Amino acid sequence: MHPAILGLFTIIIGVGGCLAYFYGSNLLLDKVLFKPTGPNAGRNINRANMIRPWLFLLPAILALGLYLAYPVFATLHLSFMERGPGGRLDFVGLENYTQMFAEPKFREAMWNNVLWLITVPAAATGFGLLAAQLTDRLSWGNIAKSIVFMPMAISFVGAAVIFKLIYEARPEDVAQIGILNHLYLTFGGTEPQQWLQIPFWNNFFLMAVLIWIQTGFAMVILSAALRGIPEETVEAAIIDGANPFQIFFKIKVPQIMSTIVVVWTTITIATLKVFDIVFAMTNGQWETQVLANYMYDKLFRANDWGMGSASAMIIMLMVTPILVWNVYNARKEMR
Amino acid sequence: MDGISGQKPAVVWALNISVVLLVLLWLFPTLGLFVSSFRTGDQITASGWWSSMFPAEQTIQIRAADPDDSRVDLGNGRFMVEGNIFDGQEFEGTLEAWATSSRDLSAFQPGETADLGDGETFTLQADGAYVWEGNDDQISGRAQRVFMDVVTPPDFTLQNYNFVLFDEDNSEGMAKAFFNTLTVVIPATIIPILIAAFAAYALAWMDFPGRALLIAAVVGLLVVPLQLALIPLLSLHNAVGIGKGYLGVWLAHTGFGLPLAIYLLRNYMVGLPRDIIENAKVDGASDFQIFTKIILPLSFPALASFAIFQFLWTWNDLLVALVFLIDASGQTTVMTKQIVELLGTRGGDWEILATSAFVSIAVPLAVFFAMQKYLVRGLLAGSVK
Repeated sequence: MHPAILGLFTIIIGVGGCLAYFYGSNLLLDKVLFKPTGPNAGRNINRANMIRPWLFLLPAILALGLYLAYPVFATLHLSFMERGPGGRLDFVGLENYTQMFAEPKFREAMWNNVLWLITVPAAATGFGLLAAQLTDRLSWGNIAKSIVFMPMAISFVGAAVIFKLIYEARPEDVAQIGILNHLYLTFGGTEPQQWLQIPFWNNFFLMAVLIWIQTGFAMVILSAALRGIPEETVEAAIIDGANPFQIFFKIKVPQIMSTIVVVWTTITIATLKVFDIVFAMTNGQWETQVLANYMYDKLFRANDWGMGSASAMIIMLMVTPILVWNVYNARKEMR
Repeated sequence: MDGISGQKPAVVWALNISVVLLVLLWLFPTLGLFVSSFRTGDQITASGWWSSMFPAEQTIQIRAADPDDSRVDLGNGRFMVEGNIFDGQEFEGTLEAWATSSRDLSAFQPGETADLGDGETFTLQADGAYVWEGNDDQISGRAQRVFMDVVTPPDFTLQNYNFVLFDEDNSEGMAKAFFNTLTVVIPATIIPILIAAFAAYALAWMDFPGRALLIAAVVGLLVVPLQLALIPLLSLHNAVGIGKGYLGVWLAHTGFGLPLAIYLLRNYMVGLPRDIIENAKVDGASDFQIFTKIILPLSFPALASFAIFQFLWTWNDLLVALVFLIDASGQTTVMTKQIVELLGTRGGDWEILATSAFVSIAVPLAVFFAMQKYLVRGLLAGSVK
């Protein structure tokens, strides 16, 4: 069968099944189980209304529980286990963790991740704030914003190809087709560089990809926040003789601080999970390993579930403070 | 900078220029890929893509025809080779200058005759016609080399797209991966919206014990990294017989997309006017009717924003597809995976890489530009309240 027809067919089944559940279960509740007619009409309506929320929620709770909540505990469990012959699991305590921490590649991944976590959110938020402020009063600001925002739609893998072309190095005696080497040689560089193979600095060339993608996100949100600043505060500062920099840093930034924090943490989470970029561009070679790719290596290349799970738990551990803080804020808001 | 402080022309200029620079910096990477996808492999390796928009000046080196085969005896011990230097080559452009040695590459103009010493001469016309004359000794052995300064006009081609998308013999083509990606993406976008919309309505407008707890749980699950889910879920899928396949990848995408979907939709639905819903209840509408007839149509902007998010995320995803979908058979590969493969096997063939990558990012880019309004709205609803 042609893949398009097969695809269409499977799509209809998947979506149709989902629709059928909601429609059918409600019909069952109203027409069969608790009919809103007859002697018990009132009681039946109340009962149906008690059950209905759970009918609406059931698929969501099942999916969330099974696909997000359960794996957290299952992974925690697996991280204390060693997979023996025949798929048997043996409890080994903290051995996976100690073994992992002793591995240079893991320490490298850890250290690189910290580097990513410091650089990417700061740079993306900074550029985003700059772009938001600069385009704010510009007549063609919206077009400019669109273009800075555009990489948001591009996959990490696509972006990896895009940036590989930028970093491409060719032998010294032929034309350079990577723009970075072209510029480097034009401005006094002596020989073309393999940018992705220079330890330590290559991390930053990988980070550039994520910064390029995330800046648009930061810009959109910060730009909305900047627009929300009451005009009077800025006017008052101008009358008091503040210069544009003082207005920006002392009047505007403090007022949108909470939004900056939200943007920062959102990008932090995205950075923590970065996988595709490293996987596609260097695959952790030349000292560019990060936790998510290390984990993938352990799970699917070395087939070591214990250490793979242990490294996944490290990622979870790093996210936990943000998780707690989010839940705390959400509860505060609901009250 | 700000209206009231007055607009000094210098400041306005500086502002405009810095934004232009910023925009160019952000546009350039994608533009490079886009331009490269319309160039042949030879063109890509010959010059940077940024110079392809202008007529390109390059030096090429071609030998005249082999004298032993094609020399003509002129008598008096003199021989001649005549022909066109571009014979057998595809060439478009104009000849600016030429030379017979690499020391001075623009020694002669077209139509001039080069004196090679001892009576040996070489004449080259602008259209490539040449006459090479000399004695028996000179017109033999290896043919004369000619260095030419040629200017070629910008030249773009669609052949890469033809090869990547429509060539039946190309086993690394993107057509199959494109359909596979669509098969993953469409249900993986619609199913979570359906499930989340019902759940969000329950969390926003229905009263039941444990509601606050559930909302908190959704907020918490928003940030759980999906890396944790890989092994437990893959074992689960294998245990219940789903294995690797479309069903598994749909379920996984549904699970991973749900927290954001519920969160966004609930925030939006809570803000809908209470009167409408209560009036409908008084008129005897059931919750199911209220939901399908009132809430869903009113929530269209929020549904659209989440749909775009989920579409972009599933279309661009690599990890979930790698783990839950792609098996050894190679029948279910998606575009992101195909590109990673190409990066490994055809790392230097930029025309294939650029075209394949552009095929995969063209659809999200189109969706992005068409629905940008909803995307921005969704982002704002998700992070600033």
